[in-house]
Amino acid sequence: MIRLQGIERDFQVGRERVRALHDLDLEIPDGDYLAVMGPSGSGKSTLLNLLGLLDRPDRGRYLLDDIDTGALSEEARARLRRERIGFVFQSFHLIPRLTAAGNVELPLILAGMAPVRRRQRVAETLASLGLADRAGHRPDQLSGGQRQRVAIARAVIMRPRLLLADEPTGNLDRHAGHEVIRLLEDLNRGGITLILVTHDPELGARAGRRIQLLDGALAAPG
Amino acid sequence: MRPADALAFAATALRGTPLRTALMLLAMAIGVAAIILLTALGEGARRYVVGQFSRLGSHLIIVLPGRNETQGGPPPLLAETPRDLTLDDALALARLPAVQRAAPVSLGSAPVAHGGRVREVTVIGSTPAIFPVRHLKLARGRPLPTIPPDREAPMAVLGGHLAHELFGPRSALGEWVRIGDRRFRVIGVLTDQGEALGLDLGDMALIPVASAQALFDTRSLFRILIQARSRSAIPAAEAAIRATLRTRHEGEDDVTIVTQDALLGTFDRILRALTYGVAGIGAVSLAVAGILVMNIMLVSVSRRIAEIGLLKALGATRRQVLVLFLLEAALLATGGGIAGLVLARLGLWVLQRLLPAFPLAAPPWAAPAALAMALGAGLLFGLLPARRAADLDPVQALEGAH
Repeated sequence: MIRLQGIERDFQVGRERVRALHDLDLEIPDGDYLAVMGPSGSGKSTLLNLLGLLDRPDRGRYLLDDIDTGALSEEARARLRRERIGFVFQSFHLIPRLTAAGNVELPLILAGMAPVRRRQRVAETLASLGLADRAGHRPDQLSGGQRQRVAIARAVIMRPRLLLADEPTGNLDRHAGHEVIRLLEDLNRGGITLILVTHDPELGARAGRRIQLLDGALAAPG
Repeated sequence: MRPADALAFAATALRGTPLRTALMLLAMAIGVAAIILLTALGEGARRYVVGQFSRLGSHLIIVLPGRNETQGGPPPLLAETPRDLTLDDALALARLPAVQRAAPVSLGSAPVAHGGRVREVTVIGSTPAIFPVRHLKLARGRPLPTIPPDREAPMAVLGGHLAHELFGPRSALGEWVRIGDRRFRVIGVLTDQGEALGLDLGDMALIPVASAQALFDTRSLFRILIQARSRSAIPAAEAAIRATLRTRHEGEDDVTIVTQDALLGTFDRILRALTYGVAGIGAVSLAVAGILVMNIMLVSVSRRIAEIGLLKALGATRRQVLVLFLLEAALLATGGGIAGLVLARLGLWVLQRLLPAFPLAAPPWAAPAALAMALGAGLLFGLLPARRAADLDPVQALEGAH
């Protein structure tokens, strides 16, 4: 369960203060499939960064599973990120020198899991996403769709409750994009909360719920 | 994060940029090798000098004619010619209680001939006392005869090299050689003891002191070598020698007395300081290597901003990022250090080939000190890039990749 109450976030751009989010209230129940829509500069990415604990609001409260995240230390926020939140980025963000398995393994390494259990978990996760035969490939040996599937495998390997996807199909062709979206929706049906940032109305229409951001505020609550 | 995993991650990061990594390893290796090679040279110089002095003998006091004035002042109005040291001086010194032995030394250069072969060598006239005083060892035969020092005797002990030059593989014992215009019978041959303070002990002939004085037509001695009874007797012996000679020379203090221990101690201290000094110079090269590592790691951090942002998104703490980058620096320093040890060994081997007589050896503290300094420099100069990486804002870092 996610609760945002009176969130404000400003950025200093040159001399001006730009209001990225303004007095935002939002509740996202567990297992929700929410599409965050809006033109570029409307605050979509800022919202996602706040939800992902990569950024802090200037004012307002963010409760993640009843934990007041504003009061947490940087270490505790990193721990929450590691254990409860998965990220999927438009540009995949795979580490080029590591194999698909190596990239997927990374969160487990940061969490300090034992190597034997890690290997097993990585193999299972890659297999469930149809990537078993790509485990030893480096990102430059994979197609765009495969890369994003590896990134999704990395995002869910810690079995998080919340999956944040920022334009996950933005760098993919239609076919690969559909495949990735179906994969994310499968994960959502499995119980994970899916928050999808997109400016593509067709993708947004698939979500169970939509919100429209305009100049940092909710324009059309879904 | 487990230490082994952190290490493995840092290692893959270094392998990802082989050229940069090789460059940093090389810089570290050169720094470490420089420290070891320079200290080896310094320590070699110290050992060389100490070896030269101890080869002279033990508890040795050298008496030279003439006084070395170390004070300034105008030159004397009446030119003083220092009184010569004589055989009687030597005999008087030998009777002093603090003195174990005194060996007069008369020295000159003369041709030594046997059959058709002639060699121009240093000829030393002395008494049998010179053998223990100067640590001379016989390969064959016997030392100079024990006869009154003022008596001549046609007997000679040859240096090993000289004997070989004149007689080849045949034994020189019992043969006659001509030294200058006199004939001497070879009664002994020295072992090859190499050089000591510029005098090649292999290339010389030793004859009774009276014979040498007759040969060179002089009554004066080149110097008197004295062995004190013990190390602690050296100062007493020095004072007694000075007093005796002053009395014998009508109150003139006209000799120079040098003790081996004083010389040895001074040189030992000077050369030890020199070794530390050159080690410091080597350390400067390590600091330069450290700055290079810092530079390249800063580039590396800016090239890997997206990766750092990702690590943070995946839940890496500030500390974990800091540790990962510091580990890279530590790995570089350790790897470079080990490569430096190999490089130093190679350099020492080459130098030893070029300078076979020089006792080249790094002091035992050099390798661990150099490694520790490399690690220290790596961590110190790795700290800035690592902190820069750890302090990156994840949002900006992730956007930096777009």
